[in-house]
Amino acid sequence: MENGCRSIWKVPMVSETKVTIKNLYKIFGKDPAGMINHVQNGTTKQELLEKYGSVLALNDVNIDIPARGIQVIMGLSGSGKSTLIRHVNRLIEPTSGEIIVGGQNVLGMSKLELREFRRHTASMVFQRFALLPHHTIVENVSYGLTIQNVPKQEAAERSQQWIDKVGLAGYEKHYPNQLSGGMQQRVGLARALATDAEILLMDEAFSALDPLIRTDMQDVLLSLQEELHKTILFITHDLDEALRIGENIAILRDGLVVQKGTPQEIVLNPADKYVTDFIKDINRGRVVQVSSIMDSKKLKNGPEIESNMILEDALQIISNAELSEAIVTENGKNIGSVKLGRMISAIARPSEKTGQITNYR
Amino acid sequence: MSWFEKIPTMDRQELRDFKKYVDISFKDFSRTYGDGIETFFDPLLYFLVWFEKLLINAPWPLIIFVIAIMAWVGSRSWLVVSGTVCSFIVIGYFGMWEDTMSTLAIISICTLLCISIGIPIGIFMSRSDRLQSMVNPVLDVMQTIPSFVYLIPVVMLLGIGKVPGLIAVFIYALPPIVRLTNLGIRLVDKEVLEASESFGASYSQKLFGVQIPLALPNIFAGVNQTIMMALAMVVIASMIGVKGLGVPVLRAVSNQYLALGMLNGLAIVALAIIFDRISQSFGKRMQKHLESSHGV
Repeated sequence: MENGCRSIWKVPMVSETKVTIKNLYKIFGKDPAGMINHVQNGTTKQELLEKYGSVLALNDVNIDIPARGIQVIMGLSGSGKSTLIRHVNRLIEPTSGEIIVGGQNVLGMSKLELREFRRHTASMVFQRFALLPHHTIVENVSYGLTIQNVPKQEAAERSQQWIDKVGLAGYEKHYPNQLSGGMQQRVGLARALATDAEILLMDEAFSALDPLIRTDMQDVLLSLQEELHKTILFITHDLDEALRIGENIAILRDGLVVQKGTPQEIVLNPADKYVTDFIKDINRGRVVQVSSIMDSKKLKNGPEIESNMILEDALQIISNAELSEAIVTENGKNIGSVKLGRMISAIARPSEKTGQITNYR
Repeated sequence: MSWFEKIPTMDRQELRDFKKYVDISFKDFSRTYGDGIETFFDPLLYFLVWFEKLLINAPWPLIIFVIAIMAWVGSRSWLVVSGTVCSFIVIGYFGMWEDTMSTLAIISICTLLCISIGIPIGIFMSRSDRLQSMVNPVLDVMQTIPSFVYLIPVVMLLGIGKVPGLIAVFIYALPPIVRLTNLGIRLVDKEVLEASESFGASYSQKLFGVQIPLALPNIFAGVNQTIMMALAMVVIASMIGVKGLGVPVLRAVSNQYLALGMLNGLAIVALAIIFDRISQSFGKRMQKHLESSHGV
């Protein structure tokens, strides 16, 4: 069994930033601009609500989203994550801050520029699908193109290819209500992809689906991503989902980013108690890679394990070989070894903060 | 303590002067502007007369045929179509054909007017809470004020005739379509609207591509209500000179002609049922996409 979902990590990471969110504040209520001073002087969300009746939705959010990668924003309900994603295409206006997409300041755009931006640069997938109930599937998928005044015939042809890609061929003439939730979200995904926008904003896109369908949709997304390399901003409240699809994760709490990092960084080095509580119950074997627990001792023989393999798969190899040690390789080169006992203790739920990351990018 | 036992009232003389003042100033107003307003409504009058003549002079089988087709297009039900045809034949058989055509003419034109004026008002209302809070009380007044009360100024201004009748019917029948258009657009799923916005839809693309289509069932309920209200006003309109089924009803009331009143009353009922069924099933068919749930 190849470590399927991890394989996208093998795509060489380009560290070019596509979307920059800088010092973003959002306050709902009266006189939001005036409230910023209070927040900057250390007033907490709770105090702001009690004293001034204003809701602090986003508090000095700074995130750099790399191009062609999947950035996950994770947080519980009320943490401001859905508010945050709506700032990227300005469905919500910020109280202060900057959002720069491909060198262009979204907040400085005129109405028309913003419309063009939404049409061609960033498209969105919604939690409850938000399909047009009075349009057929093919009309829904081509909606973005219709908005751009692409001729009907051409729009239908371009949409068809996306309908096929998400596995909905044969349902073109159906109405959204005739499809199950999972299928409706495939339509939502195809609709967002059909405009060929570079940026995909996914607002809890799979949260309304039941667990099996959700995993299914994650697979669909990951396999599409292998081919398309979009810049994806993915919002979720589900840590397993975040770890599974995110290359980078930012954890949001009460509008504040509490930790940013790769799934592995977050699992191995939770920034605070909030994150620790979050990761308590997750399957660490599926996140931690061999490279983070290997040592530099070179072995002569033994089974070979790729350094970026996750522990779950590595354990399979080492136990099949009935040995307690394995060679760690990177690009075919022997770079060290890993012990079975070390792997097991890395998977075990930590009693306190675990660290000891050696070979770590 | 006399103020406690008896509610303070205006001095009789003052009250009389006040009423006189209002009456006289309105009379002055109608004397000055009455003609102008009448000419303003002339095109409407010509159209109404033309349409009424068209309906009355056209061969009756043609009229029944056209109405049957409308019934079929609206309802797609043979039951409704045959019921419609039978009703019209019976109406003709009892000698009420001409009056029915007159009523049909005024109802159709009134409904068209209400649609073309009421839907835009409803759309604007849905756009602004301020406008909604201003228009709503006006609609309340239009619906609740006894029709005779606004017939007085209308008749003073325009005299007796078709146009004042049409205006009276219009005032009474307009509110439902305005209200339901406003409501329908406000009830459109916010998420769908947001999705449309996120794809860069312009204002008109949102309005005509999402809001109005999704509000159509409600708008159609409004059209249906408007037609019903207009029919309900037929008798009152006949008091100020509108020809149609209301005239014999009025005569029957003042002369105690039971059969005449019943027959014409039932003809109005028949028209109401026919229009109701046609417009309702048309509205229902428009939301067919909502009926079939998934799992097929």
